[in-house]
Amino acid sequence: MRRALDRAAKRSMRLVSALPGILVGAILIGLFLKSRAVLSLQPLTRLLFSSAWKPLKGQFGLLAFLSGTLWVTLAAMILAVPVALLTAVYLSEFAPRFVRSLSKPFIDLLAGIPSVIFGVWGVLLVVPLVARLAPLFGAYSSGYSVLAGAIVLAIMILPTIILVSLEVFAAVSRDLRDASLALGATRWETVKHVVLRKGAQGLVAAVVLGFSRAFGETMAVLMVVGNVARVPKSPFDPAYPLPALIANNYGEMMSIPQTESALMFSALVLLLIVLIFNFGARLILTRIERRIQ
Amino acid sequence: MGFRRRKWEERVVRVLMMASTGLVLGSLLLILGTVIIKALPAINLDMITKTPQGGYYLGKAGGILNAILGSLYLASGATLLAVLLSLPIVLFINTYTTRSKAWAVQVRFSLDVLWGVPSIVYGAFGFIVMMLLGLRASLLAGILTVSLLELPIMARAMDEVIRLVPPALVDASASLGATRLETALRVVLRQSLPGILTAMLIAFGRGIGDAASVLFTAGFTDHVPTSLSQPAATLPLAIFFQLGTPIPEVRERAYASAAVLTLIILIVSLAARALSRKLRKHIIS
Repeated sequence: MRRALDRAAKRSMRLVSALPGILVGAILIGLFLKSRAVLSLQPLTRLLFSSAWKPLKGQFGLLAFLSGTLWVTLAAMILAVPVALLTAVYLSEFAPRFVRSLSKPFIDLLAGIPSVIFGVWGVLLVVPLVARLAPLFGAYSSGYSVLAGAIVLAIMILPTIILVSLEVFAAVSRDLRDASLALGATRWETVKHVVLRKGAQGLVAAVVLGFSRAFGETMAVLMVVGNVARVPKSPFDPAYPLPALIANNYGEMMSIPQTESALMFSALVLLLIVLIFNFGARLILTRIERRIQ
Repeated sequence: MGFRRRKWEERVVRVLMMASTGLVLGSLLLILGTVIIKALPAINLDMITKTPQGGYYLGKAGGILNAILGSLYLASGATLLAVLLSLPIVLFINTYTTRSKAWAVQVRFSLDVLWGVPSIVYGAFGFIVMMLLGLRASLLAGILTVSLLELPIMARAMDEVIRLVPPALVDASASLGATRLETALRVVLRQSLPGILTAMLIAFGRGIGDAASVLFTAGFTDHVPTSLSQPAATLPLAIFFQLGTPIPEVRERAYASAAVLTLIILIVSLAARALSRKLRKHIIS
């Protein structure tokens, strides 16, 4: 009786544990099937490299949105990566114990703040700041711009990069550090030549995870980036990222023919880009983990 | 390199690092502070006890009870569903897959992949599924979509704590003649209970705060939903819509709604911390 129960449980649990794999496949296939209509309407290169988005004329070029996403994400990375890495090194290698244990919950909390709250904060503080900053660089900006999106996004991805980096540093063995310190290296020299070198791959993975998180972020960016469908030329220009396109147009999804398909194709493109980066980062991290065990 | 220069470099880097850490923690406080200060003038009892009355979005009377309850229903339902899926998955890969490790690796990898899927993509996928099942935008469709979003977050967090259960404990249970199921339920689950509850709360927090996934699937309404097939308002969308109007009173209400959502998130994460500390007492270590 107990044995039969065990076997039944094993079988049903195995079934449920197939779900994550199936779900990954289902999302990809579902989005692809929905994209077919627009893919048969226009060649793939036109969809990706034309900036003409005119649903009423049946034109669905995504270039402006793709470059919008790329601009905002790259600018956010430039802002976030140095700060995140310096913070991670400090918390892992330099900070007194109480600072470390006090900071960790705050970083967890930052990771848990909903994106719409970041958006509200961006509208209240960052957008006016950028509007005031622009004239100093000889530009005009309403504030709703690539830069505003980048600042908000940078803060949102800080926790991801910091927390993964902390794990990477924790995986560097104590002995290596001690050996370096015993040879007379200062703490920073030990970090520079031993910890950072040993953890380089893992840090790349941390940064890539941050990148892919930023790439798909929707609500916060949407609220501060201006949503003008043009390829931005400066950080003070507005942009229209791909996730914002999907979110803003769901209302018209049913009314204009092929728009639904074009939006699902956008979601597929977004997903594929994010998955490729995630995949790479995870491969690196799994390899590191295996080396430790 | 001279000793003095090495010392200098050390000092400069140290200052930079401390400044960065200060910036990270400061920005959290700045965000919380800004939202709360801006919300104070608009916050009152009506905000959290009444649904929108006629002309609410033009600045007339009412509150956001519809969105508060809608969000709580939606996130609770989604979390419940995600637990029902996550628990078997993590228990299986941790107690049954000793012989077929490849399966566990595959499941963990899929969860990692799902963890990286942007919430707007879950929204789009949820929309496809909703159409396929012939559902309309409703509480049920929202719950289904958000549970998919929560699944990888919860399962990975649970997996991390269950992996920490000492193997000796599992062996001891097996040597007493327990089947794997009994070991999983009475030893592994018991031992990792605090972590599991924390994982649930983390996922709940993610679910209640997400806007992009419910945009297509949960709909929006001024009423509190009374059944699964009715549309449900959610706090993040209520904030978003109110902020989008040009009327100052309504924008202020957006700030107040943001403060309410922030407060819920704060309570959830504090509860997660307190709970895991309290329950840790009952663990064999």
